[in-house]
This record gives sequence, C-alpha cells and structure tokens, in this order.
Amino acid sequence: MTNVRIPPTLREQTGGEREIAAEGETVRDLLDDLMARFPALRRQLVENDDLAPFVNVYVEGEDVRTLDGLETEVRPGSTIILLPAMAGGIR
Amino acid sequence: MPTYRELLQQVRGEIDEVDATRARELVDAGEPLVVDVREQDEWDEGHIPGAVHIPRGHLESRIERAAPDPTRPIIVYCSAGNRSAFAAKTLGELGYQDVVSLSGGFTDWKRNGFPVQLQAGLDAQRRARYSRHLLIPEVGEEGQLKLLDSKILLIGAGGLGSPASLYLAAAGVGRIGIVDADVVDESNLQRQIVHSTERLGEPKVDSAKRTIEALNPDVQVVAYKERLTSENIERILADGWDVIVDGADNFPTRYLVNDASIWHGIPVVHGSIYRFEGQVTVFQPGAGPCYRCLFPAPSPPELAPSCAEGGVLGVLPGVIGSLQANEALKLALGIGEPLVGRLLLFDALAAEFSEMKLRRDPDCPVCGEHPTITDYIDYAEFCAGTREPA
Repeated sequence: MTNVRIPPTLREQTGGEREIAAEGETVRDLLDDLMARFPALRRQLVENDDLAPFVNVYVEGEDVRTLDGLETEVRPGSTIILLPAMAGGIR
Repeated sequence: MPTYRELLQQVRGEIDEVDATRARELVDAGEPLVVDVREQDEWDEGHIPGAVHIPRGHLESRIERAAPDPTRPIIVYCSAGNRSAFAAKTLGELGYQDVVSLSGGFTDWKRNGFPVQLQAGLDAQRRARYSRHLLIPEVGEEGQLKLLDSKILLIGAGGLGSPASLYLAAAGVGRIGIVDADVVDESNLQRQIVHSTERLGEPKVDSAKRTIEALNPDVQVVAYKERLTSENIERILADGWDVIVDGADNFPTRYLVNDASIWHGIPVVHGSIYRFEGQVTVFQPGAGPCYRCLFPAPSPPELAPSCAEGGVLGVLPGVIGSLQANEALKLALGIGEPLVGRLLLFDALAAEFSEMKLRRDPDCPVCGEHPTITDYIDYAEFCAGTREPA
C-alpha cells in the first residue's frame, strides 16, 4: 500500500480524508484504485485516459510528467502528492 | 578665561583663511585635500565634491589615514568657518604645514553656486529606520539603496497582498503598485490586515495606500483601481516593475499575468491558498518554468472552488503572503536561492512544508521552444472550460 496525499480541494470527493492508502505498482494503478472507491475523483484527475492538464502528481517530489507519466512506478512508502491548480488569493 | 567669541577671534588670527572663490581655484587646480569636519547629517545633505568627511570630534585620530603626507595642502571647512578654524589650528599643531580654513564655510560655497555633491547613501533618518537591514552583510547600505530603488507590483490587495504589501513597504521598497478593483468588505477583515473596520466600503487600493504610507513614508504607492485585463495590463506594466507578486483570486488573471510576465521578462512570485493549505513558487522567465508549464490548463470552474466558496484560515494568507514578500525581497536584492523551479507547499494543520520540483515544459505554448501563443488571448473563455479536449 502507498499513501496518497489528498489536497484540500479534492477532499470533498474523498470524504474529507487527507491521506488515503492505495494499492498499485504504478501511478495509474494507484489512481484507478482511488477512483474506484471515490468515483467523483475521476473528473478531477483524468481526461482522455491521461492525467488532466490541471492536475499534477508528484512522486517523491518529482512531477510524474517528467518521469513516466501514469506508468511511473511507485514503491510502498513512496510519498505521492496530488496537486490540482488552485486560484485562491485575494477575496 | 576667554569667551568662545574671544577664543575664536584669537584662533582665526593664528591660522590662514581663504574665501569660497579662492578655495574653488585651489580645488580646481586639484592639489589640496579637502576635509569636511561637519557632522554626519550635515555631510549627508551635500558637500564639496571630492572632500573627505572627518567630523571635528574625530579629526586628531583620523587625519593621519586621510593625509599621510604633512606637506600636502589642506582646505578644511565646516558650515560657516568657525569649527574649521579650530580644526585648522589643530592640524597645524599636528604638523600639517599648509592648512587653510574656508571662511564662510560650505554655506558661502553654496551661495556662490559652486558644485555640491549630494550624498548617494542613506541619510541619518533612513539609517535609523533600516538599521536592522544595515547590520546584515547581505543587505547593508548598498542593498537598502537597491530596495529603495526597486519597484514591485502587487496583483490584489487582499489576503496575500495584505502581508506582502506591509512587509515590502516596511522593508523600504521604493515603489509599490497595487492592482485591485474591489472595496473593503466585512468578510475581508478576518485576514486582510492592510485594511481595517473604519475602511469598510473604501476601495482596497486606497485603504492599502493609506496604511502603507502611514507605515513608511519612503514608499510611493501607485494605486490601480481596476481589474487586471488584457486591455490594461500593457499600460500598467509600462510603469516599469522589477517583480510581480501575484495574489490573484481567479484563473484568468493568473494566466494573463503569466503570459505578460514571459513577454516582458518580469519574475512573478506566485502564491495561492485554500482552507488550510498554500503554495508559493517563483516563475522567472528564462530561468525556470512558468505557470503554464505547471498547469497547462485551469481546472474547470465547477471543480475549482475559490476561497469565497471554500473558506480559508485567516492566518494562512499571512504565512503565504509573507513568504511571497520574502521571495520578492530576495529577487530585488539579488541574494539567496529564490523558489525558481521549486513549489513550496504549506499545510497549516500538519504545520508541515513540502517541496516539489518544477520543470520547464519544452512544449509550453508560451515559454517553450516553439511558442504558439504570442499575444493575449480571451482568458475568461480559456478558463471557462470551453477549450478543446486535448
């Protein structure tokens, strides 16, 4: 199992959980596991079977787009962070 | 015991004096060492070009370093020719053979319209105000002068702009521009500390300007009471800004600021907040990724709640806005390691920082190798979710 950090903007879709343990050997596996349990996450994460352009996934602080994308391997104990764009600032 | 006047009279009889015109001839001939024996604040307000400054109280101890050759002619001056008369007598006693005092002093020199060098450094008041900066070797007087000469543009006078503007102003950033079209609302005051209860209903830029000018009169605030758009951004950037601090509350403005900053080569200190978490990074054109490299497209509006919808812990913009001010000051000073290519996340509940690596996207439509966007687009439409699926 690998822990995935859920950003505050996605916690509505995950019942408020800040971190969720997911099963899988690649980023794709992990996300599939998460999306199977929290279907509302799907629109927030994927588009045309690829990562949506408004979300980043980091494995050990590295953007998976600069690694192997959704096929990037993960190990148990890796730090996985989901990071959608957030606009908030002034109001 | 003689009075001061009698003593002065006596001393003037023992030394040589020159008037301003003669002193000017000597200075132009280039031979004498000109010594200003006035106090620091007098020197700061202007002095004879090329003069060395040795306050009267330090004359005996410091003259040797300034004038190792006792045969070199010396012109000594003060403001009216009295302190310099005593100084000339002392120099004579120390063995200096050719010393004259400028009768009428610097006052008479100025009255003749002779050249005056204004002090480029900090005056006494500023030295006191910025003393804690001057003590840091990486800042010092040179750095403080840089800050006083720097121009930083803030997008938004809200949650992030409040602490950022206050700290930049306190630090002595000489010119601060603020773009914001809103007025102060009751719901702002839980976090927007540049405003106050008595300013309710007042335009935010005016409220911020008053607070900043009360904090530090060295700062000139340029208030833009308008929403940043493709139509006005070129006019606002034409005022010349070294750094942009982006505390916008919406995606269209974020992408607009990004594109303009790439085309103008201005670094953007980016901050955003939501509930208990915030992020900070620096987009420096040419040196690191831009906002579009990080997020090629905005979240669809229905998936991206704003603080107005989702809320934010009042202190969070204090943390993130202060980090933005920190980055902006480093950029203005040219010191340290700015957050270029690094995204700093702050989780207030866990009290935890984490850092992500950001890389340039060679295919970025604005800062990539073959840009496809080279002029402003319709940012509202781009962010409304009407874009073509990739």
